[in-house]
Amino acid sequence: MAEESTPQEEPQETDEAAEEAVARVLPDDRILAGLAEPFPNVVFTSFEPLAGPRQDTATVSREELISFVEAVNDAGFETFIDVCSVDHLNRKPRYDVVINLLSMQHTKRLLIKVGVPGDDPTVQSISSIYAGANFYEREVWDLMGIVFEGHPDLTRIVLPDEWEGHPLRKDYSVGSVPVQFKGSHKSS
Amino acid sequence: MSDTPNNTEGDAQAPMLEPPTGSADGSLDADERRRAHDIWVAGTEEPDWIANATDEGAQELLPRDIDPALQIQRGIAVDDDFIDQPTITEDERQILNMGPQHPATHGVLRLHLELDGETIRRVKPIIGYLHTGMEKTAENLTYMQGGTNVTRMDYLSPLNNELCYSLAVEQLLGVEIPPRAQAIRILMTELNRVASHLIWVATFGMDIGALSMMIYGFRDREAILAFFEKVTGLRMNHNYIRPGGVAADLPEGWEEDIDGIFDIVGSGLDDYEDLLNRNPIFLDRTRGVGVLTPEEAQAYGVTGPAARASGVNFDLRKAFPYSGIEQYEFDVPLGKHGDTLDRYLVRMEEMRQSLRIVQQVLETMPPGDYRTDDRKVTPPPRKRIDESMEALIHHFKLFTEGFKAPAGEVYQAVESPRGELGMHLVSKGGSKPWRLHARTPSFAIVQALPVMLTDQIVPDVIATLASLDPVLGDVDR
Amino acid sequence: MAAEVHNPNFLLTTLDKGISWTRTRSMWPATFGLACCAIEMMATGAAHHDLARFGMEVFRASPRQADLMVVAGRLSQKMAPVLRQVYDQMAEPKWVISMGACASTGGMFNNYALVQGVDEIVPVDVYVPGCPPGPQSLMHGILTLQDKIMAGEIRRSTGLL
Repeated sequence: MAEESTPQEEPQETDEAAEEAVARVLPDDRILAGLAEPFPNVVFTSFEPLAGPRQDTATVSREELISFVEAVNDAGFETFIDVCSVDHLNRKPRYDVVINLLSMQHTKRLLIKVGVPGDDPTVQSISSIYAGANFYEREVWDLMGIVFEGHPDLTRIVLPDEWEGHPLRKDYSVGSVPVQFKGSHKSS
Repeated sequence: MSDTPNNTEGDAQAPMLEPPTGSADGSLDADERRRAHDIWVAGTEEPDWIANATDEGAQELLPRDIDPALQIQRGIAVDDDFIDQPTITEDERQILNMGPQHPATHGVLRLHLELDGETIRRVKPIIGYLHTGMEKTAENLTYMQGGTNVTRMDYLSPLNNELCYSLAVEQLLGVEIPPRAQAIRILMTELNRVASHLIWVATFGMDIGALSMMIYGFRDREAILAFFEKVTGLRMNHNYIRPGGVAADLPEGWEEDIDGIFDIVGSGLDDYEDLLNRNPIFLDRTRGVGVLTPEEAQAYGVTGPAARASGVNFDLRKAFPYSGIEQYEFDVPLGKHGDTLDRYLVRMEEMRQSLRIVQQVLETMPPGDYRTDDRKVTPPPRKRIDESMEALIHHFKLFTEGFKAPAGEVYQAVESPRGELGMHLVSKGGSKPWRLHARTPSFAIVQALPVMLTDQIVPDVIATLASLDPVLGDVDR
Repeated sequence: MAAEVHNPNFLLTTLDKGISWTRTRSMWPATFGLACCAIEMMATGAAHHDLARFGMEVFRASPRQADLMVVAGRLSQKMAPVLRQVYDQMAEPKWVISMGACASTGGMFNNYALVQGVDEIVPVDVYVPGCPPGPQSLMHGILTLQDKIMAGEIRRSTGLL
């Protein structure tokens, strides 16, 4: 499907928006350029590790998330990989939700990052686009307390239902008990 | 209950022997009947489990009129006609609970099945019975200690977990790994894949009814485990692959040990295929059972052998090669139908291909160091510690504080025996990870279970589940 | 067994010892595999290590048919009530082996999710150290339990110690 989007882009080379889009991603990457063009507010970053493939990240606002994920899906990223969350504690916005998608046909991976403020931890659910997001979003809700709007069954998944709090938040203590030798106080 | 003698502290046998007293006509009142029941069920007057209910509330399968999961079930299956059968009334359906303590769920998986007779209409997996909080624990361990944590996630392929974690840390650090260390890593992880698949074929055979497979699989795995113990010091949970290389070089005579593994496992695989491939019972129980289409596999994030059995031609070792695996020749076996039989065939062939890689590593093992000489990660050699105060301080700091990784965010994936195992690592520049998220393959497999199990019959649940090989430590972490 | 044989057809002992001996030689463990240790427990029962030598190889899936619970692996807060329920369902006399560091003390996972030692939930007779304990360690734990049963009384209190 990305093959369709690239020819659209070729004749528009003089168009400033398209050039800008290409400049915002790496110049040789037509799939990402095709995505960048209709979404001028999406920020693309790349990380070049010593070994292994380049890691591309698109930072999206909450409002644009659904339309962007739909566009990514149309661009050939057919495989759902992961949804996870990061608590930055003192940063604004406080949380990041990271959606990890894979295109097997283009052998390409894309991380989509959404900032979520701490006082309103909600984000749109992508489970209607990728069915696999179901359990992953439940896990993020369970452990990080981020609400996914539009998720059909947002319940706790790895913790008991009556659990209070969301353990992976940075202000939730690790919950360790002091180590002691059991029975030592009894014998003395 | 208070008027009955309190027997839990004193004489234990008394409540067993003393019959519950009734009224003159021999009937029991309600309290006494309950007491008799408690003693009969639990052997004690006040069984604790009546107070400690084990239901999971909204996480369970709910009645159809209030269950939101029903909508998910309708949305996910390509052919979902079987969910709503207008001829079946509510009275004819029943909910069957499987697990978490069940011998065929391979751990502590719990499944709620809605049955109509023998046919499954709805399925809901309930997980979390092995939730260990490893992602939280990882935030309190230094980068070097982190290996001990991640190795216990997927306990059938600990070395793959370590490799993934080490590669992620090395990406942050920008450390180059010498070729010998890379070759050792490939050698160990591919052997681990064989060991993991051997456990899988053992339990798969056992669940299908070929009990001798259980004995053979574990017997052959011992050969690989003996080698692991020799190299790493432990049979499981090795913490052998570490950021910067591996913990120790291969011991003397490792080539002969590998040859021994080839003799045992290689000939064993032929025997198993003789045993199973033309066995009519085995074929009847696996062919066309638990079908997963390629589109479903991709939408649900099912990767690895389970997806390849559906015909999804994707292997991370080919697509995003890591640790120098691109220099070895191997094929990626593919299935056509996505059923249990294809998953079996794909995994059996994967074992052969892994042995092929091991053979090539054996022939081309490069000389050199088994860990990087980057002083940031690797402690100074033992000799230098005796000579130099600086080296001693450096060694001490490395093992107390640990090294610091520059701020950044990386995602690293490797092909574990169950599919794509990924680590999402966030660093803020300290000596401990700010956040470590593990994307585990079994989690996606468990989530896709409803797609495969609906419209099947109950015995096929066991066959399908066994062929998918989910590891619950990998699911719940 | 301390028995003096006068006639090869007779074997004399006390009733306590006789009952204890029969209990140790036909102990049926419940399959309660939780995590990594469960794999080692299975390996102990399989061909190479062969638990059948000690009369303990009949792993029962139903707790009603088992006398011994080998808690193999880390016990999460969510699993704890299930463990207790399975234990309560086992018929007396019953014993518990806590296998591995996580089951015994919480191991390296001192955090919110795990019960820090199964002895907070059920009474434990033998602790087997290791992470995971090798099959030899588990067998040693089982032999220790057999010694303990032989040395102890045949009657013991129900419920928590």
